[in-house]
Amino acid sequence: MATRSVPAVLRGGEGRELPLGLTLLAGAVAAVVLSPLVWVLASALEASGWLDLVTRPTTVRVFVNSALLVGLVTGASIALGVPMAYLTVRTDLPARRSFTVLLAMPLVIPSYIGAFAFVSAFGPRGELRDLLVPLGIEQLPSIYGLFGATLVLTLYTYPYVYITTRASLKSMDGRLVDAARTLQHTRWEAFKRVTVPQIKPAVAAGSLLTALYTLSDFGTPAIMRFDAFTRVIFVEYNDVLGGGRDLAALLSLQLVAVTFVILAVESRVRGSGVETDRTAKGSTVRLGRWRWPAFGLCAALAALALLVPLAILGLWLVRGGGGIGAESLAFRPSYALNSVGVAAIAAVVAACCALPVAYLSARSDASLAWLIERATYVGYAVPGVVMGLALVFFGARYGGALYKQGLILLPLLIFAYVVRFLPQAVGSTRASFLSVSGTLPEAARTLGRTPTRAFRDVVLPLVAPGVLGGAALVFLTTMKELPATLLLRPPEFKTLVTYIWTAQQSGHYGLAAVPALVLLGVSAVSMLVILYVEGYDVE
Amino acid sequence: MSSEDLLRAGRERREVEPPAPEPTGDVVLELDGVSKAYGETPVIEDLSLSVYEGELLTLLGPSGCGKTTTLRLIAGLERPTGGTVRIEGEPVAGGGDAFLPPEERDVGVVFQEFALFPHLTARENVAFGLADRPETERERRVEDLLELVGLTDHGEKYPEALSGGQQQRVALARSLAPEPRLLLLDEPFSNLDVDLRVEMREEVRRILDEAGVTAVSVTHDQEEAMSISDRVAVMYDGQLEQVGAPERVFQQPRSRFVASFLGHASFLAGTVDGDVVRTGLGPVPMERVHGLTAEYDGSDIDVLVRPDDVAARAADGDPNGRVVNRRYLGPTVLYRIELDSGDTIGAMHNHAAEVPLDEPVRVDLAADHDLAWFPRGRRRMADGGRDG
Repeated sequence: MATRSVPAVLRGGEGRELPLGLTLLAGAVAAVVLSPLVWVLASALEASGWLDLVTRPTTVRVFVNSALLVGLVTGASIALGVPMAYLTVRTDLPARRSFTVLLAMPLVIPSYIGAFAFVSAFGPRGELRDLLVPLGIEQLPSIYGLFGATLVLTLYTYPYVYITTRASLKSMDGRLVDAARTLQHTRWEAFKRVTVPQIKPAVAAGSLLTALYTLSDFGTPAIMRFDAFTRVIFVEYNDVLGGGRDLAALLSLQLVAVTFVILAVESRVRGSGVETDRTAKGSTVRLGRWRWPAFGLCAALAALALLVPLAILGLWLVRGGGGIGAESLAFRPSYALNSVGVAAIAAVVAACCALPVAYLSARSDASLAWLIERATYVGYAVPGVVMGLALVFFGARYGGALYKQGLILLPLLIFAYVVRFLPQAVGSTRASFLSVSGTLPEAARTLGRTPTRAFRDVVLPLVAPGVLGGAALVFLTTMKELPATLLLRPPEFKTLVTYIWTAQQSGHYGLAAVPALVLLGVSAVSMLVILYVEGYDVE
Repeated sequence: MSSEDLLRAGRERREVEPPAPEPTGDVVLELDGVSKAYGETPVIEDLSLSVYEGELLTLLGPSGCGKTTTLRLIAGLERPTGGTVRIEGEPVAGGGDAFLPPEERDVGVVFQEFALFPHLTARENVAFGLADRPETERERRVEDLLELVGLTDHGEKYPEALSGGQQQRVALARSLAPEPRLLLLDEPFSNLDVDLRVEMREEVRRILDEAGVTAVSVTHDQEEAMSISDRVAVMYDGQLEQVGAPERVFQQPRSRFVASFLGHASFLAGTVDGDVVRTGLGPVPMERVHGLTAEYDGSDIDVLVRPDDVAARAADGDPNGRVVNRRYLGPTVLYRIELDSGDTIGAMHNHAAEVPLDEPVRVDLAADHDLAWFPRGRRRMADGGRDG
């Protein structure tokens, strides 16, 4: 009897029982969001001769390719991200604060624009070869294939590892390392025995993001002509006559399965994290004669990832035009308006859906609330190309005349956006609900407010910035989304992204400069929002 | 009568002993056999308590004893599993299905972390509970309260711009603004620096007196409880151990727990022998032991000895103990002394006094008040000199 605990007093007494209306609402959101998985499964089960398809050499090859790509990109990202994080947090690296920002910047560039730029720069008829021809070099090693895809994806996803590792290095009590050194450990031993165990969960979390991004990215493998899941699914899907849709459906299911495996692995690694409250800064590591080589390394990385695409886009902008046959492809401002329009609708819908889910999971520790919240994260596990395909399957099957006339496509597209990016809205909204102490609405109630009015007068004003931040994130990521947009847009509906895609496919690279730069601007803003929401600081 | 019967009789008798002057006046709050459980875990069992008009009663107990839960039951933030809560005679929880939600109870609460609304200024916070009053009246009331808590010049500041003490004043003003029938304070000083804490105690007491409000506060700090309360209710493990004026609860604790929780307590084993109690400190006259009568002749008892009830000095021929530990506390020194009888007791001395460590000493009773006692329990709780 002596060990009585008062379990949920701090969470608010009456709120512990799940409120029925709220639970139903959140449950409905979760169910709707999960539905595309049903269509993935259904379309795969309908595929004729699935056993034959699964064991076909193509299928095996695609799986191996994707695994290889994910492994290489994740490994390379850790190899780049962790040292860069350490250099910018713990050492006397020259221009440390500038690098802190510069090294995170590649995240601003959508990988398909990066891939596009790298192909233009280093491809068979690229800018670099044009520069080298006078020097007698006619042939460059091919940028296409595994090498190019790995290079581009690493350059644009290592910041995930870099940012999470930085955050964990900064939140770690620096005096722990000092303590280890007073216990006869060298700098390296201290790093291995004290720092590594502490930053491991953060590195794992960053690697998860990198791996998931790599696995689901459609643009880079497509542009680099590398047969990963996403590219093959897209190609097979378009091969209507060759019966490729069955294969596309099966590969989609496999891709989702692989994603879940990665998520499971990460959640195991994450469990080992140790939290410390004390965050005193330890002593700075002096790099000595390695100072300038380290500087060179950071500078080279930033230059490769940032300067190449910017230089290429600048070049296109200066040269302008797309040459012969490009008139019909000319860019129209309405494309940008289309982008903004669908993104805004997706953002509002996602924010509204996130509200009940986030509120429920922040206020209740019941397992049902946890389950509902987790269910809305399915968007992370369903790549855009799979989502697009699942909804096409759904539309064709049940949309009837609406689907044939293309009327249902735009709602489906927005639905795809909402499902894919809902986790961002839920995460941001939930965090802001958690930051509002449960005693605040209680205080309002003791001062005469009903539960509804307490929510409206006290909780809502306080979570508004988080809700807005979440909506802004959804808006900005929707602007950049490529594969689902390609699959689900109505025939005459063009956006910035589909326009860039068309320009790339048709070889009129110059046309892509303006929309690509606009997208870079959009991405930059979305980075700022993320950093604001997550409290990234430059110090 | 066997000695067991005697002990039982003793216990019963002690419970019906004439009460200290209890507060009179109207009962504002009444808890009647209230219990609360989370699932299978009971937190409060059969708690009955009355709070009278104008008094400040403090629920005192270690963390996890159920005192905060009691407060939340009174406020309507939790539903009791059993029993009845009445405010001014009106049942607000229990007694059938009656449950009045917090917004209809007319009970003010000062929360532990103050729970000020961060998006509202101090003035708006104070006005929050006055939404249904006409504007002029509301403004006047807010002004009055800001003046009462001495924050007239800080009304436009947001909570984050206020110091801890100022935040507490705002919280107090906010909860007093709607003129509640009852004010609840949940660990009101735990969020303040030690220096500020003592100052705010006096200040809060002044404000409550000026507002003339009936209040129930909760704390785990016995010094705080005893210094501001009219009455103290000591809780342990979900039950009420003792209720009474601070002096009385301190000097005549009804249980060993209360004795130990309110300050250093040592228990001196003794045997009643005629008109004295034979102890390790020598015979103690029976009339010095509170409520001990001739019918206990021959029974074993424990006498409560606080560190300032005894005096130790270097033995000059007739030692009865040995100092085993010495803790320097600045103005005073606390000694832990092992008596030859086997008891361990604590003794408090002025910092100038010198009692030799690890040498025989002579310890005598030096109390100028009656000592409390308990029938011999299964476990002797000696706390002299250890952290309490």
